[in-house]
Amino acid sequence: MRSNGFLKAAAAALVALSIGGAPAKAADATNDPYRQGALESLKGKKIAYLPISIGFDLAQAWGGVVKTEAERYGMSFSSQDPNWNTDAMAQGMTALIAEKPDVIVTQNPDMQSLARLLKQATSQGIVVVQLNMQGAVQTDAFVGPDFIAMGEQSANMMLKKCGADTKTSHKVAIVQGVLTGGVSFYQVQGMMKVFNAHPEIKIVSSQAADWDASKARAITETALQQNPDLCGVIDVWDGQGIGTGAAIKQAGKQDQVYFITSGGGAQSMCDGLMNGTYSAVINYDAPGMGRDAWTAISTALQNKQGAGAIKTQMYSPTRLMTKEDVKAGTCWDPQQYAKILR
Amino acid sequence: MRLQVVARHLNQEKIVFLLTVALVIAFAALLPNFLDRGNLLSLVRSVAVLGVLGLGMLIVVLGRGIDLSLVAIMAISVAWSMQLIHQGLPVYAALALGLVFAVGIAFFTGILVAYAEIPPLFATLAMSTFVYGFGRAHLITGTDVVYMPQNMGWIVGLGQGKLIGIPMPIVIAALAAFVIFLFLRFTKLGSYVYAIGDNLAASRISGISVRPMLVLQYVLAGVIAFVAGVLTATSVEAMNTRIVNSNMIYDVILVVVLGGVGLSGGRGNVRNVIVGTLLIGVLMNGMTIMDIQYTVQNVIKSLILLLAIVIDSVVNPRDEQTGQQGDI
Repeated sequence: MRSNGFLKAAAAALVALSIGGAPAKAADATNDPYRQGALESLKGKKIAYLPISIGFDLAQAWGGVVKTEAERYGMSFSSQDPNWNTDAMAQGMTALIAEKPDVIVTQNPDMQSLARLLKQATSQGIVVVQLNMQGAVQTDAFVGPDFIAMGEQSANMMLKKCGADTKTSHKVAIVQGVLTGGVSFYQVQGMMKVFNAHPEIKIVSSQAADWDASKARAITETALQQNPDLCGVIDVWDGQGIGTGAAIKQAGKQDQVYFITSGGGAQSMCDGLMNGTYSAVINYDAPGMGRDAWTAISTALQNKQGAGAIKTQMYSPTRLMTKEDVKAGTCWDPQQYAKILR
Repeated sequence: MRLQVVARHLNQEKIVFLLTVALVIAFAALLPNFLDRGNLLSLVRSVAVLGVLGLGMLIVVLGRGIDLSLVAIMAISVAWSMQLIHQGLPVYAALALGLVFAVGIAFFTGILVAYAEIPPLFATLAMSTFVYGFGRAHLITGTDVVYMPQNMGWIVGLGQGKLIGIPMPIVIAALAAFVIFLFLRFTKLGSYVYAIGDNLAASRISGISVRPMLVLQYVLAGVIAFVAGVLTATSVEAMNTRIVNSNMIYDVILVVVLGGVGLSGGRGNVRNVIVGTLLIGVLMNGMTIMDIQYTVQNVIKSLILLLAIVIDSVVNPRDEQTGQQGDI
C-alpha cells in the first residue's frame, strides 16, 4: 500500500509537471502516506473481551475505552461476562479460541487458571492482551501497574507514618484480596520486601478478604479491637477497602490509623478520599489502562509480526492521591463506560 | 450408667452451646483481649446480619421449607434501592420500592411452593438465580458494588450507630429475634407454622389454611432479608451484589442447623438460631485474631459442624420414632 501511495504521488507530480499545475491532484500528494496502511491493518478485525467480570469499575473502563476505539476503526468488538466464575471464564476462553478472533483482551482470575489456554491462543495466531492480573504466561502485552513496585511504594509510605522515626506503636495491618490473585499476591510481596528490612514494623494481621468489603470490614474491626494502638492499614484494592475504611471510621480511629489503598480511580475513590474513608490512594487510572490496551492491540495488528512475536510488559503510570488532589472531574464515572459496553 | 443419663439430656442445641462455652474459655485463656467488652461486641456484631438472615431461614425451615433465595433478595433489593437514591429518588421512596421488590419476589416464591407445589429447594434455588440475573441485567446496571449514598440520613445509623454503647446491628438483630420469638410462641399464626412443619396433612384436616400460611412464611423471610440488607449496606457503606455467588447462604443454613433446628420442619426456635450464630461468631472472631486465613477458617468451620452433628447422632440415635419422613 505504501509503495502504491508513493507511485500515485509520483504520477501526480509528473502530471503536475507536464500540464503545469493542477491543484486538485496536488491535494493527493499531501495525504499521509502511512495512514491507509494502518487503517487497513485494523479494519474488520475482531476483538473479544473476556475479563473475570464486567460488573466492576475497572473492567468497565478498560472495555469501554477499547470498544470505543475499536468501533472508530471499523473493528468488531464482543464481550462476555463470566461474573467472577473461573470455570465459566475458562469455558468462555476455550470457545473464543475455537472462534478465532484476531485479538483477545482478558484479565486473569489468578495466575494459573488461564495460563495454558492463553498459550494455546497465542500459538493459533490470536493476539492476547492481559489486563491487571498477569497469568503464568507472557503474551503480546500485559497492561497493568507494576504491583510489586506499588506494594513497595505503599510500604515505604507506611514507614514514614509508622516507622522507627515515629512515636507510634509501629503496628501495621494488611488486608489482602484473593491470596492467589496477582494484584494481591505481588503487592503483598512488594510490601513484605520493605517491611522485612524494617523489623520495627509489626504486622499484626495479614488476611485475605476475598475482594469483599464486608469481610474486609470484619477483619479490620477485629484487628483494631486487638490492637487499639494500630498505626496503619494497607488494603490491596479500594473496592474492598471501602469496608476496611468503614471499620476504621466506625471505631473512631480515623486520626490515628493511616489507611493506604489503591485502585483505578473511579468516582467512589474520590468520594472515599473526600469523606476520609481512605487517607491516601495509589491511582492506576483504569481508562488510561484501556488506552494502553488499545495501543497494544493497535501495535500488534500493525506490526504484522504475528501473535506473540513481540512481548511487552506495559506498566501503567500511577498517581499518589490524597484529599487535596480531589477536584471536580478528577475521577471518572463507571456508569459512563458501563453504558458503552451494554 | 450416669453418662447415659447425662447424654439423654443433651440435644444438639446444648452440645453446640457447650462447644461455644468451651471455645470461649479456650480463646480467653490463649488470646489476650478476647474477653474485652469491645471484642465481645465486635464478635456479636460481625455475625448480627448472619443471625438476622438465620431468623428468616428459621421461619421457613420450621414450615418444612428452605429458602435459598434469601441472600439474593437481600443483595438485589437493597442495592437497587441505593442505586435509585443515587439516581435522585427520595430516600424513603427508594427504600419502599426495594422492600416492595423483596416482598414481591418472596410472595411469588411462596406461590410457587404453596400453590404450584414445587419443592422449596428447587423453587428458591431457581428464584435466587432469577433475582440475581434479573437484578444485574435490568436493575443494577452499573458496577456490581453499589456504594451507599451520603444522603441516607438516620438510616445510616442502623449500621453505624450505637445505643447505650451497643452497636445498632446487634440491637436490631436482638429486636428481630424478640419479635420473631413472640410471633412463633404467642400468636396463632406462629403455632400454625409449627403445625404445618410437623404434619402438613393433619394441619389441613384440622382447618389451617395451609397454602396462605406457606406464602406468609416466605414473605416474612423476604422482609427479614431486606432488613439484613439495610444493616449490611449501612455498616459496610456499600452493597456488594457478588455475595450472591458466595457461600453466605450456606452459612445461614449452617447457623440454623447447627443450633438444632430440624430441617424436616416443626422443631426448633429462636434460641437455636442464637446459639448457632454465637458459635460461628466466636469461632470466626478467635480465628481472625489468630490471623488464620479465611480458606482455613472455612475448613475449621465445617469440621465443627460435622463434629456437632456426629455428637448429636451418637447421643440421640435416630430410630423410627425420632426420625421423620422428609428428613434431609
